[in-house]
Amino acid sequence: MNYMNTISSVHLDILKEIGNIGAGHAATALSTLLDKKIDMTVPDVKIVTFDEMMDMAGGPENIVAGVFLRIEGEAPGSMFFLLPIEQATAFIQDMLDDQHFDLQEWQTNELALSALQELGNILSGSYLSSLSDFTKLSLYPSVPALSIDMVGAIVSFGLVELSQVSDYAIVIDTAFNEEQKMEKQEVRGHFFLLPDPDSFSIIFQALGVSDHD
Amino acid sequence: MTSTLEVIKVGIADMNTVKAPQIIRTSGLGSCVGVIIYDEIKKIAGLAHVMLPESSLAREQKINKAKYADTAIIELLALLLKMGACKTNLRAKLAGGAQMFKFSGGSDLMRIGPRNVEAVKKELIRLNIRIISEDTGGSSGRTIEFNPETSLLNIRTVNQGTKDI
Repeated sequence: MNYMNTISSVHLDILKEIGNIGAGHAATALSTLLDKKIDMTVPDVKIVTFDEMMDMAGGPENIVAGVFLRIEGEAPGSMFFLLPIEQATAFIQDMLDDQHFDLQEWQTNELALSALQELGNILSGSYLSSLSDFTKLSLYPSVPALSIDMVGAIVSFGLVELSQVSDYAIVIDTAFNEEQKMEKQEVRGHFFLLPDPDSFSIIFQALGVSDHD
Repeated sequence: MTSTLEVIKVGIADMNTVKAPQIIRTSGLGSCVGVIIYDEIKKIAGLAHVMLPESSLAREQKINKAKYADTAIIELLALLLKMGACKTNLRAKLAGGAQMFKFSGGSDLMRIGPRNVEAVKKELIRLNIRIISEDTGGSSGRTIEFNPETSLLNIRTVNQGTKDI
């Protein structure tokens, strides 16, 4: 049985709520950390092909700063926190209080790298802990890893588990923006939550919803 | 270089073939491996964007052959022969198989890049297809483009620049 076929609209709503709670907490953490207002979109839960998933983050060749971590515990999965380079630069400038910092030189700037990694750590940690509280499942993050590279190269790594079972991914996507005083900013960061195939029924059961509704 | 060249794009876990003057590309290879098999004389080439080393890992009923090294290469070979390629003229080039993230615990999952490269090479050797060049491993994403006219594989990375192999 293809696990995609067992997902109903009720299930999608539950996953959306998970994204809402998780990313809500993460956005609050980000806002506190940077002392800035952060706008978050309503989470989007999509069943997409791998190629479509790359497109959600600007296409496979788009260059981003990506923090990746594995979710371990009762419902394993992968999580990505993707930031456009401009946005990552702005965040690091704020965190380090250094407006001259340029992400072009990130390879030689240990401090900037660890700041970015720490940012990913805090955000994904708050996402996961709220998810864990909500589902009463024990979930804990691996140490996050950072890469500044093409979306395709970064995201495909998180698809390895999934790709053994399907050619589609269920992505819980929450986009966020730094609120600008001027016009609406187009640059967006993303949280991608990708539960492993076997984790869906565990999550649904933990929330009291049967698998096959 | 004219800009009228037709570029055929290959997605993740997908494959396709081209004939000169077309060129073929795949974007954002990370741990995945891009394998090109080509006939230099007939100027025909095929590209597979392989994601996983073996189809025995599959837990799906209907296998997407382009996804696994062991099923993708033999399928690509069949496609090329159907297009009129000559088996003895076939050569291969490959790129990808990076380790994008470094973790302290080295599970099998984390080593997927190198495992993909090993599996692709093993299969090419088994099918007697000579590997002319490769750019594998490391920790950078790659976008690759093959031109059957010149038999050159162009590799573009974010942090290491561009090169032809």
